Amino acid sequence: MTIETLPYPRLLRCGDAAISVEFGDAIDPAVNARVLALDAALAAEPPPGLLETVPTYRSLLVHLDPLRTDFRALAERILALAEKPVATGGQVRRWRVPVVYGGDFGMDLDDLAARHGISAEALVARHAAATYVVAMIGFMPGFAYLSGLDPLLATPRRLEPRMKTPAQSVSIGGAQGAISTVEGPSGWHMIGRTPARGFMPGRDPVFTYAPGDEIRFERLAPDEWAGLDALAASGAPVARCEAP
Amino acid sequence: MSALIVKACGPATSIQDRGRFGYQRFGVSPAGAMDRFHLAAANLLVAAEAGAAALELGPGGVRLTAEGDITIALAGPACTLEVDGRQVAPFTAVRVGDGGTVVARPAPGAAYAYLGVEGGIATAPDMGSHSMHRRSGIGGEPLTVGARIPATPCGRDAALLCLHERPEGEAGPIRILPGPQDDHFSDEALAILSGGGYRLSGQADRMGVRLDGPTLPHRGGYNIVSDGIVDGSIQVPGDGRPIVLLRDRQTTGGYPKIATIISADIGRFAQIPPGEPVRFEIVTFERAIEAARRLQAMIEGLASTLVPLAAPLTSERLLALNLIGGVTSATEAIGL
Repeated sequence: MTIETLPYPRLLRCGDAAISVEFGDAIDPAVNARVLALDAALAAEPPPGLLETVPTYRSLLVHLDPLRTDFRALAERILALAEKPVATGGQVRRWRVPVVYGGDFGMDLDDLAARHGISAEALVARHAAATYVVAMIGFMPGFAYLSGLDPLLATPRRLEPRMKTPAQSVSIGGAQGAISTVEGPSGWHMIGRTPARGFMPGRDPVFTYAPGDEIRFERLAPDEWAGLDALAASGAPVARCEAP
Repeated sequence: MSALIVKACGPATSIQDRGRFGYQRFGVSPAGAMDRFHLAAANLLVAAEAGAAALELGPGGVRLTAEGDITIALAGPACTLEVDGRQVAPFTAVRVGDGGTVVARPAPGAAYAYLGVEGGIATAPDMGSHSMHRRSGIGGEPLTVGARIPATPCGRDAALLCLHERPEGEAGPIRILPGPQDDHFSDEALAILSGGGYRLSGQADRMGVRLDGPTLPHRGGYNIVSDGIVDGSIQVPGDGRPIVLLRDRQTTGGYPKIATIISADIGRFAQIPPGEPVRFEIVTFERAIEAARRLQAMIEGLASTLVPLAAPLTSERLLALNLIGGVTSATEAIGL
């Protein structure tokens, strides 16, 4: 059923201490790109009263100190920034993330391949060929939602979510990809696992990936896991970052 | 360095400060004290900053022993404190001697109380805050028997202070602003929400509270593409039963949110115990800002109502302060 909506972008009040800037109501990389562009623009020149921002697939939540914010001026500023065309090819961090696919590292790989009528090898090749963007981080600390999944690999979530899935799982849920950071429940399909820690308390930086970063996966042989995992556990960077 | 050692504590006991900010974009909840006003009151009495780390006590409360001499104070809408078996009024600093015993908890009518610890609790901050977030483990693992809660030495004998009058908070309905997704609900849904008949269910913790009462009809589907969540978001899953999200909430979520509790009333809402009724009132944005300003002024005004405890603590003096109302034995309540 359709819901009457105002044209995008629209500003929605979330109480007196936040505004949501909504660019759409669907998972769409073009919508997400506008969210991330506004996020970057506000970060470059934070308006008075801005506390922090939370980008999601389709909206930017702007947390505010209600006593230090000129809401009218802020709304005008946000709308002006939101109307600007999204710059492409800018300063994006590009990560190469090693992944061991299948087996104990990705327990759903074979089932998923069978479901799509392709070999596990072909599924891995498709998954590793794509360039992903960290569309948002949520659900758990550091849990990265990725846009850019090959549409042929899109798969509805499991009917029965698992209560426990491993940390650093690489998974597929609907049209989204993800890298998890901590052990937790999930209804997504686990196809692999990376030794790289996206979230490591006490390390600097605590979080590896940020919204807007680009991600590419590189296949790692199962016998290379132990060495890289030990390295990552010591706090060393295992995902490679390319400029800037 | 002086400290308090946990001898017994309920599961809802945790260390909380003003909250952990700047990491919501990485999926980290702000956490922080459920009731910032009473956190501030407890801290001021023990020479700590208003937003410093204190012990947040839920039902069940806590029993502690002092390691070295230490100044403490308890604050909350209703709470009881015993030091070495003697009742001490809330909103009053008290010096506990080495080896002394402290029993504290919220009293009937309130969900949380705050035990201020001399100078503020001196645990190591995690990502800029001392607040414990149970679901992620950020800020440290839950307190258990034997846990050590260090004080911050004040460099002098902390003056023993009390508030010369018990602070009066706002009363009346919990104020809400419609949105951000009120258009995902049928036309009458907001009127139902503000029409009364709601109670806090037993499903209540620092993350959120499910409400018992009239269901709120959606218009169309009840799944949205996840967007950001704030403290006080009232989200409504498919069963139509509202859930109010609080300090330990997730950062994003996929249910429509019909309304949001105004920032000034989140602490008041959090203090309503499970099973108690709650009324909501829709207000204008201007009134919400006015309320935020008043709460801020109340917190800043606390300092001006501090008076030194002229005489040593005696039960006569404490009764004269008229601060104890309807207390029961704290020791009895946690079955120690």
